[in-house]
Amino acid sequence: MNPWRNIWTITKRELGAYFTSPIAYVFIVIFLLLCGFFTFFVGGFFERQEASLVRPFFDWHPWFYLFLVPAVGMRLWAEERRVGTIELLLTMPITAWQAIVGKFLASWLFLALALVLTFPVVLTVNYLGHPDNGVILTAYVGSWLMAGAYLAISCVTSALTRSQVVSFIISLVVCLFLILAGFPPVINVLEQFAAPRLVDLVTSFSVMTHFEGFQKGVLDSRDILFFLSVIGFSLFTTSVILRTHRSG
Amino acid sequence: MIKVQNLVKVFGTKRAVDDISFSIDRGEVLGFLGPNGAGKSTTMRMITGFLPPSGGSVSVGGFDIVEQPIQAKRLIGYLPENAPAYTDMTVHGFLNFAAEIRGLRGDARKKAVSRVVEMCFLESVLRQSVETLSKGYRHRTCFAQSIIHDPDVLVLDEPTDGLDPNQKHEVRQLIRRMGEKKGIIFSTHILEEVDAVCSRAIIIDRGKIVANGTPQELRQKSEWAGAVTLRVKGVASSAVTAKLYQVPTVKRVTVVDEKDGHVTVRAFPKAGANGALAQAIGEAAHEWQIEQLQAEEGRLDEVFRSITMPDTVKEATK
Repeated sequence: MNPWRNIWTITKRELGAYFTSPIAYVFIVIFLLLCGFFTFFVGGFFERQEASLVRPFFDWHPWFYLFLVPAVGMRLWAEERRVGTIELLLTMPITAWQAIVGKFLASWLFLALALVLTFPVVLTVNYLGHPDNGVILTAYVGSWLMAGAYLAISCVTSALTRSQVVSFIISLVVCLFLILAGFPPVINVLEQFAAPRLVDLVTSFSVMTHFEGFQKGVLDSRDILFFLSVIGFSLFTTSVILRTHRSG
Repeated sequence: MIKVQNLVKVFGTKRAVDDISFSIDRGEVLGFLGPNGAGKSTTMRMITGFLPPSGGSVSVGGFDIVEQPIQAKRLIGYLPENAPAYTDMTVHGFLNFAAEIRGLRGDARKKAVSRVVEMCFLESVLRQSVETLSKGYRHRTCFAQSIIHDPDVLVLDEPTDGLDPNQKHEVRQLIRRMGEKKGIIFSTHILEEVDAVCSRAIIIDRGKIVANGTPQELRQKSEWAGAVTLRVKGVASSAVTAKLYQVPTVKRVTVVDEKDGHVTVRAFPKAGANGALAQAIGEAAHEWQIEQLQAEEGRLDEVFRSITMPDTVKEATK
């Protein structure tokens, strides 16, 4: 049978699960409130007097995601394991890969929806001036890819444990590392005692470094490849963890 | 339909399942008995492909569960222990999901869902979320999921656990009916279920098969098989036992009860003396006033106990 059909069946179920529980609504409302607040008050959208979303809006995304994406991803496998439905899921005539990809895709689409709902910000900036909408679009793509990378990491931590709280905290710490590795104050400290090549190596692991290009309107294949490989590697790790649990 | 060969599962240093082999044909209902922790669930998890075996093989309908898992899993319906179900879905949504992932689409899916809803009496809770269901309904929802694709093989881990007596009866009827056309394996520790449903039973203990046969055959293993209970009036128990020991086929006599001049004793036959004992005892006791003379059938619970905890039972009967 067509594997995408199985994946889509899983994805539909997972998406449904978000919207039958309060998670979806709480998440979307908080995400939009944060976006609005940080863009217009903290980010100084009006004071800047420029028709751009990069600094006031997209700059905050790595930080929003740090808390919000692990909250979306934490239940993916932890809940299955706690309730025992994982035994149903993995004895269905589908491969573990299809289940992993289906679940990931559902959460990623959900994050896409949350991102799309920030469209009033785009309308506002277009109303007030003439921004480069191409840059805004690439920044959105980059933001979504970055969210996917965070999410895939949350998948791994979720598969590690039955407890959603533990999953949340671990993925938060891992994601924090991925941010800090490219966070200017941290890099400044590093540069004082580490060799430049080492600093480059560390920053190349950071989502900040790779998100930067998208914010400038550049679709660099290396940046895209970075996010996709984080996703691919994390999903692979998830499959290994799930298999290890079962082989006892 | 199911063929299990030299199946082994090791957790750390513990051999949870230790070299188990058996097979189930179409039309058979196999009862899987054993004390808690004997390895029943682990074996079933390996049959359904949830746990990979540490050794040995399982094939379902000719497909090896490790080599060709998808084909094998298609043939299996599985009710895991504790009947898990997605709590955030409605019963209807859950069954639709199960049907869809089993490859049923459109009309076929609708038909399958309405068929199991009817079979498992879920009509009244169809739009309710699984979270709010009582244990019995949740159990039946998960059971419905396992038969939604009308599988050739059913693996049911404690299908009657947590049900009330009426529901238990219904589920047993259902299993027996379906067992005519499918190969079914189900685990239980309720022994009356074995008589009610199974065509064959396997008892496992500490990961090994310790008995395998029809319920009738298992009962024959009982010390009780062929024993005779006798109740007489107006005789001392010592006289009764002394007399009964003279019957050549009697191996052992125990006094069950002695009260107000009524004496109840039980005589156990020597090996190979089954059946004829009641008559011999009847003759031996003809001069007394017999109130009861009864040949016992073997008792499954006693077989079960003597097989799965031999040491303690011997202690108790001394």
